[in-house]
Amino acid sequence: MSETTEEHPDLESVPLDAPQFEVAARNVKRTEYITFASFILALIAFAAFGAAYTQNASTGIFGLTIGLGLFFFGFGLVSWGKYLMPQGPFSEPRPLMETTEKEKELLKADFTSRGKVAIKRRSFLVKAMAAAGGIFGIVAAFPLIRSLGPLPKNSLMTTKWRKGSYLTTIYGDKVKPSDMEVGGILTVFPEDDLGSAISQTILLRVKESGNIVTMAGREDWAPDGFIAFSKVCTHAGCPVGLYEHLEQLLVCPCHQSMFNVKDGAMPVFGPAPRPLPQLPIYIDSDGYFRARAGYDEPIGPGFWTRGGTA
Amino acid sequence: MDEGRNGMIDAIYNWIDNRLALSKSGRHLLNKIFPDHWSFMIGEIALYSFIVLLISGIFLTLYFVPSEAIVTYHGAYKPLDGMRVSEAYASTINLTFAVRGGLFMRQLHHWAANIFVGSIVVHMLRVFFTGAFRRPREANWMIGATLLILAIFNGFLGYSIPDDLVSGTGIRIAFSILESIPFVGTNLAFFLFGGNYPGTDIIPRFFILHVLILPLIILGLLAGHLGMLVKHKHAQFKGRGARNDNVVGSPLWPNYAAKAGGFFFLTTGVTAILAALVQINPIWQYGPYVPYKVSYAVQPDWYMGWLDGALRVMPAWEIHLPGHMVPNVFFPGILLPGVTFTLIYLWPFIEAKFITHDYSEHHLLDQPRDNPLRTSIGAAVFAFYFVLFGASATDVLANYLQVSLNVVLWVFRISCIVIPIIVFPVAYKICLELQKTPDAGKRKRHVIIVRDPEGAYHSVESAEYVGYVAPELNPVDIEEVDLQPEIDALNTPKETPQDGIYQVPR
Ligand code: HEM
Ligand code: FES
Repeated sequence: MSETTEEHPDLESVPLDAPQFEVAARNVKRTEYITFASFILALIAFAAFGAAYTQNASTGIFGLTIGLGLFFFGFGLVSWGKYLMPQGPFSEPRPLMETTEKEKELLKADFTSRGKVAIKRRSFLVKAMAAAGGIFGIVAAFPLIRSLGPLPKNSLMTTKWRKGSYLTTIYGDKVKPSDMEVGGILTVFPEDDLGSAISQTILLRVKESGNIVTMAGREDWAPDGFIAFSKVCTHAGCPVGLYEHLEQLLVCPCHQSMFNVKDGAMPVFGPAPRPLPQLPIYIDSDGYFRARAGYDEPIGPGFWTRGGTA
Repeated sequence: MDEGRNGMIDAIYNWIDNRLALSKSGRHLLNKIFPDHWSFMIGEIALYSFIVLLISGIFLTLYFVPSEAIVTYHGAYKPLDGMRVSEAYASTINLTFAVRGGLFMRQLHHWAANIFVGSIVVHMLRVFFTGAFRRPREANWMIGATLLILAIFNGFLGYSIPDDLVSGTGIRIAFSILESIPFVGTNLAFFLFGGNYPGTDIIPRFFILHVLILPLIILGLLAGHLGMLVKHKHAQFKGRGARNDNVVGSPLWPNYAAKAGGFFFLTTGVTAILAALVQINPIWQYGPYVPYKVSYAVQPDWYMGWLDGALRVMPAWEIHLPGHMVPNVFFPGILLPGVTFTLIYLWPFIEAKFITHDYSEHHLLDQPRDNPLRTSIGAAVFAFYFVLFGASATDVLANYLQVSLNVVLWVFRISCIVIPIIVFPVAYKICLELQKTPDAGKRKRHVIIVRDPEGAYHSVESAEYVGYVAPELNPVDIEEVDLQPEIDALNTPKETPQDGIYQVPR
């Protein structure tokens, strides 16, 4: 605060006891005590944190000591800054962002006049440089992006299920009808793809006996009350792990899509747009479940390059 | 003794000053004015929780092993003993149970992440409803929106890398959303995951994105965000002598330094207390990620809630084309956030062109009521996302209220259209009403009821406190008197102009 009002006639000089320099606290002594107390509390809490660390205390004690320490430390600082310092308000000038025409002209002139000299009659240089830079941009993309992973090719279209694959549990045991009660549900894999996120399939025992025909052409896909569907939800790919036997509904836990088993796992509720693909199965002469063939359509959620079969 | 110490400090200061000329720019800095309004602290919370994230995150990297290699767990957490789990999961369990303070640090990191994203959102709402994004701050608004996107992504990456059952399910959904993008989706998903789902690269890749690449970008953008803030100086509310060409508030030294410094500790303190007392992401209860297992009724972190909700309320539509398809998840998973953020980015320009037709520089903030159209559009859009957020709990609600899932789903499907339509005119009307009562929202004083000699009652506003007389404060300029230009002018030979490049005489 200068008294030099000559250069800045619009600025007044202000004595130090002007209201701006008073503090905001109503009761200064009390505020000083409170501020002091919070620093002391912070000190105690920090010391307690040190002790807690050496004693390998529980997470609660750990966090509470350091948390309270930080809190009281901050509280002290804020009450000091807010109530025991000159309260203002003060102000400073703010230059606007708009520049003058003259300033704009000068910059442009410097840029273009020198640029013109550099480029004059040498536009072939500009073209050659742009070409080299462009090629660099393209070739750089290959190691940076193309190397990240293989192309999808056919891999989203198929699973490891083949004609004759055994339905196998996660432990590698082949499954036979006597392994499951009515209402039972079991996750199975082809024997060469145990635990797979793609081939995972659910085997359900819907009734005691008899083929289940979900639609024409699938007369022998589900023998003896057993039926198998891909476990990968056609919505966003979560494993469809819940089976409500009473209503014969498969339910996806992620967004609650529901699939009607009797109908070939047609979606009846929620966002899933397509039925779960059905795996055609049979019981071989040794009494084990096997696949008649792989899935006849891509499993799981849709993707851009998937053909538009409904 | 005292003399000597001061002399020493002086000497050190002089040494540095004579090499960096701090005394010239330093005074500017000390006198920098910060407006005093509380709503300006929300952005600070974001900044401070980012610092907490950096510090706690560095601690975590010392123990976390970003690998999908399968190991047999033997360690402090007995229920898991002998299980075959990924190294990422095992090391997080180890971090939780065997590293001193490890669980606290994990919970601190996770709470700070939630507060980080939350404060960015609220900060953004503050900027929106007060019109702080107007010229000259449009670019800073866009940087802010980018920071929000990056914060959400980094949070998602962060809670994905411990490789537990809940987050693994989230990664599966992320893959499905990626491969749904028209033209590039399938390749994009394969490039990011290093092959078909699940692959073995995703944890190491997410890790390096999470701890290095995104934090660096965030740091760079933060520098730009704050740099621009210093250049423009804070916008401010009207009153107390605030004008378009000044800033009114407290100086950096000492008021703001004490308040902001203290507020940093308050923020970290509260985060630490939360981390101490409120459990978050107990991955030992979820178990390791196994692709064919499911987790029931566990919600993602809150900032993913609106996406989860959108996935749920979306009807079961998809578009089939010859040889191609636009899958269902594309609409809620890509289109919705894409449209949302495009609108957010463009809002300053949309508003200037279609609503206010005002392209001039603004450093004085609006009250939300000052621009009813903006405020009610903002409120309606916010209501839409709020409903979507609620929709991420359809199953929990159905269970809790004992109503069918079908009813709950339809309530949300209808609400996300109807509620914004209701909110819009209501917000508009509230703005208009508030415009008529300029004092609404100001701090309330006690009202004293007085009985006059005739027996009628009147209410009188009390003074702020006993004996208080509101002072008429003239804001005082503490602008420095900068003699440097004059001195420079004296030192410069008269005939050379100030700017430009000049030839050295040969
Ligand atoms: C934008 C900032 C960041 C956000 C939003 C964020 C968020 C998260 C979240 C939510 C988790 C899950 C924690 C859990 O419950 O286990 C996490 C884990 C992790 N974060 Fe961050 N983080 C950020 C920055 C960082 C930085 C800068 C580092 C390191 C320098 C880091 C290192 C880690 C590590 C190593 C883990 C895995 C260990 C664990 O999960 O416990 N983070 N992050
Ligand atoms: S993933 Fe199954 S309903 Fe969304």
